[in-house]
Amino acid sequence: MRSTAKILRYQLRDVLRGRWVLVYTLLFLVMTDALFRFGGSGDRVVLSMMNVVLLLVPLVSIMFGTMYLYHAREFIVMLLAQPVDRTSLFLGMFGGMAFPLAGGFVVGVALPFLWHPWSGFGSALAVLLLTGALLTLAFVALAFLVAVQFEDRAKGFGVAVLIWLLSAVVYDGILLVLVASLWRYPLEQPLLVLSLLNPIDIGRILLLLEFDVAALMGYTGAVFNRFLGSALGKAVALTALVSWTVIPFLVGLRRFRAKDF
Amino acid sequence: MTASMPRPGDAAADRPSGPRLVTSTAPIIEIEGLAKRFGSLHVLNDISAMVSVGRVTAVVGPNAAGKSTLIKAILGMVRPDRGRILVNGLAVGRDADYRRGIGYMPQASHFPENLSGREVLAMLRHLRGPSAEYDEELLDTFALAPELDKQVRTLSGGTRQKLNAVIAFLFRPPLLILDEPTAGLDPVASGILKDKILRCRSAGASVLLSSHVMSELEELTDSVIFMLDGSIPFQGPRAELQRVTGEDRLERAIAALMNGVGR
Repeated sequence: MRSTAKILRYQLRDVLRGRWVLVYTLLFLVMTDALFRFGGSGDRVVLSMMNVVLLLVPLVSIMFGTMYLYHAREFIVMLLAQPVDRTSLFLGMFGGMAFPLAGGFVVGVALPFLWHPWSGFGSALAVLLLTGALLTLAFVALAFLVAVQFEDRAKGFGVAVLIWLLSAVVYDGILLVLVASLWRYPLEQPLLVLSLLNPIDIGRILLLLEFDVAALMGYTGAVFNRFLGSALGKAVALTALVSWTVIPFLVGLRRFRAKDF
Repeated sequence: MTASMPRPGDAAADRPSGPRLVTSTAPIIEIEGLAKRFGSLHVLNDISAMVSVGRVTAVVGPNAAGKSTLIKAILGMVRPDRGRILVNGLAVGRDADYRRGIGYMPQASHFPENLSGREVLAMLRHLRGPSAEYDEELLDTFALAPELDKQVRTLSGGTRQKLNAVIAFLFRPPLLILDEPTAGLDPVASGILKDKILRCRSAGASVLLSSHVMSELEELTDSVIFMLDGSIPFQGPRAELQRVTGEDRLERAIAALMNGVGR
């Protein structure tokens, strides 16, 4: 564990030195600030940011995560000749990538709320920040799994983009087709389970449950309100979202430990 | 049991217990039944080998014989399918601590590109924890100091290779593993490195190296591990090699092995 902390330190320094985390933070800052300036109230800003967060955070996390691990190959090979075990190394690398990304997102979105007067759901903002942070961890874990699995970078990037497309766009499309074509049947429960299988959908559910605007989501929102209530629904959704970090991370770690360098 | 009467079985017999007399045949690396395949290609074919303490052992053989894979397996970078490796009595693959005793100079340089040489050295020192004495002799003899503040990315291939050498010797390891150490070095630098290797041997370090430069092996090696197609048709001290092949010079002896003499 001591070497995990050390590796984390080098990686943090390395990541912060490349200025892209700063750019990422500023991006969220500018967007949130702009939404305030265009006359949004607090909760409307949060609601607008939700859609940005659900698309952008997974995309950036999975692309940067994949790129970063491929880029760090030399560093990894050098450290593998040192008395550093692979689990510490993988853990340190993951933290070194996921923490700055999650932190940049949280800071970028939260800061404008400090200097703009706003009213509304303070808890909604908290859930937005938490969801974004958890989605960051989940998609960095997926990125690491992809980069460990595919030696060929081009293939790795392709798979990373595919995972994002699938979870951000295609999956909901499939659910929609399913609902439209099977409207005669009671689909509440299958739909609920299917939504929990997609990390981005989980994020959306968490946020919409918070806003009490579940009606906007129509069918699914009603289902979730009815079946999960509020507290239990959040607990289930949160657990599912955290699993999206834990499971890909553990599979990636297993592959990393068995890999030949 | 006394050191003055070494018998063939001695080294293995008293390995497991604590402090012991170091006989000239004691192994620092023991490899038993090691096998590795990449896809359908058998890179290592049930090989067993031994590297003695206080000697320079060369891994030689044609390209794609499995030399690098063997070295990477000892370092734990390549995971073997079968067999086991002991370094200083510690099994490779359990934890990483045995690498505390190894200094490794890779064939190609693996550096985090956006760090300077000084930062890389500081990082490795920090990673290994405080040590009484770092060996920075090569830093001076290679005159690397002016290059240390540049980013590693901007250094020439030879300079990176020098930095690799500095890192290998930095922690005064009892075992040095050098993969093509003089490739890319100019004659002066490679002379410095060879002298350093011999001095470390005199000080009791064990060295495992691979090289294609026969003149260099001629100067350095005490023992030879000859690899061919993932097997080891010959291993033993120089005298033994000379006896088997009837050749005095290492280059000719190795060539004879490649041509099948002694098998």
